[in-house]
Amino acid sequence: MTTDVKRPRSMTSAADTTFKNIIISLASLVLVAVFLYGVVLIAGGFPAFAREGFGFIFGLDWNPGTEKFQALPFIAGSFLTGFGALIIAVPLSVAAALFIVEYAPKWLAVPVGYMIEMLAAIPSVVYGLWGIFVLIPAVRSFQSWLVGVTGLDWTPTGIGLMSAILVLAVMVIPYVCAIARDVIQLVPNDQREAAYALGATKWEVIRYGILPYARAGILGGVILGLGRAIGETLAVTMVIGNASEIAKNLFSSTATMSSLIASQFGEAGGVQLNALIALGFLLLVFSVIVNLIARVVITKLTPVGTRL
Amino acid sequence: MTNAQENTAVQAKTFTRTVSSARQFQNAFVGGLIALGTGIVLIPLFLIVGQVIFNGISAISVDFFVQTERQMSAITGGGGVLNAIVGTIIMVGLALVMGLLIGIGTGIFLAEFSEHPLVPLIRVMSDVLTGIPAIVVGLVVYGLLIATKLTGYSAIAGGVALGLIMIPIIVRATEEVLKLVPTNIREAGLALGLPRWKVTLSIVLPAASSGIITGAILGVSRVSGEAAPLLFTSLGNPDLVWNILQPMGAMPLSVYNLAFKALTPAQNAQAWAGALVLMLFILMTNIAARTLSKRR
Repeated sequence: MTTDVKRPRSMTSAADTTFKNIIISLASLVLVAVFLYGVVLIAGGFPAFAREGFGFIFGLDWNPGTEKFQALPFIAGSFLTGFGALIIAVPLSVAAALFIVEYAPKWLAVPVGYMIEMLAAIPSVVYGLWGIFVLIPAVRSFQSWLVGVTGLDWTPTGIGLMSAILVLAVMVIPYVCAIARDVIQLVPNDQREAAYALGATKWEVIRYGILPYARAGILGGVILGLGRAIGETLAVTMVIGNASEIAKNLFSSTATMSSLIASQFGEAGGVQLNALIALGFLLLVFSVIVNLIARVVITKLTPVGTRL
Repeated sequence: MTNAQENTAVQAKTFTRTVSSARQFQNAFVGGLIALGTGIVLIPLFLIVGQVIFNGISAISVDFFVQTERQMSAITGGGGVLNAIVGTIIMVGLALVMGLLIGIGTGIFLAEFSEHPLVPLIRVMSDVLTGIPAIVVGLVVYGLLIATKLTGYSAIAGGVALGLIMIPIIVRATEEVLKLVPTNIREAGLALGLPRWKVTLSIVLPAASSGIITGAILGVSRVSGEAAPLLFTSLGNPDLVWNILQPMGAMPLSVYNLAFKALTPAQNAQAWAGALVLMLFILMTNIAARTLSKRR
């Protein structure tokens, strides 16, 4: 009698297995994509790596005319603009995050937070356009003033490192600020209350009760901001000048890895094309490393209970 | 601020009378700096939004929406960005199909098959995809589709590039909302004898739909402003085309080209007008996503 009892449909359902297989194959496409990124960029960039060897990373000479392709000026450019932007953006972002979480009443904190997030929604090209028409003339007049005062032999153009740093700083602020806000919000109220109970002023509460707790999270946000800044392309391309050399001073024209790809790819052929793809591979490696470090910093260094 | 926090703040105020004036000064000084810093952060937003509206509005006309970039003239202005608007809609549409299919599938995998050994790896890889610069995505799609002659410079290549950027955004949104759906609902479905696929597709997904839609809108808002991945994939096209196998224009590409080419006041105004249209579209999608996620 019991032998011909039908098993419940759900346990034998072939449809279930099919469903699971479809879902797993869709999810595997994510792995395939990451794999393809590596393969395509390595394969495309290999001729340039093979030709220049370590010179590709450590050499200074990038000249399509003589077919020399060494990328150090652009690696330096990416990190110079990235760190430069962070120097401006981090204090401002942390200040804004503290203002929103600790100082402002709710009616002010909500719209201010909202407006800072809006900075992240403005497209890169719009920042670039603003850079070309507003920021560059402003930097140029500052440069003229500086030349007038110091007598340096610069030609004030406004195009270059400084403009790129300023644009990137504005673009990175919303990312650093969002993470700083989250981690400051997650600091347990006990910390605040304990500090107030000791007679601390508001600033002392923040200085000794909140910032030490939120430090690792904020650092993670700063590293993520660096990743953003290194990958940012068009806004930088539009204001940096794209000269194939390391910046001689804060105002001179230079290029980042991404701005060089954007500005030269259109006319590139032969080994130059390979070299630009190889540069893309370096960019991929840097951004993946930076992102993984940020994740580790946020999850490992933040005190238990305040994890995101 | 929570109640407890407010109470402590009130108590702190009564104590400040006994606090030394140096500490009081320091407290007020830093408070001022923090407010000043917040003000400085907001200045660029007002400047950029204000200038885009102020400079762009003069070149906005009906023609700007119904003519193409081919019809633009350096001296008189004229022409419009219809080719770019259509191109953006088509390519973002293609990206959305790809992003939703793979993104929701992966999100379901991460949330509903969480015991599967591949889950941690795929979650990390999806996060890695989030951090990859848009220009690199453009290079990869170039190498994958165009260098191999699978397609030429085309809308389909541009759509794939934008789709790759959209996938991790939708994965993240889907996984998060699926995890918010109570287990009871799944168990109720299974107890009624429904097979698991039906529980997931007809009970869990609909319960999470508004969150997934919010994620999709955020994804659309993010990729519609991207020009970097389109530079070497869809290439841009001053003419209106509907064929997805041909090079196609896009709003951010138009703004980029107009800004670089701009020499005359008419061209300047058109570049700003393009930026205005693009920014309005992105702000609108952003606000839509926020309103949806608040209602949830």
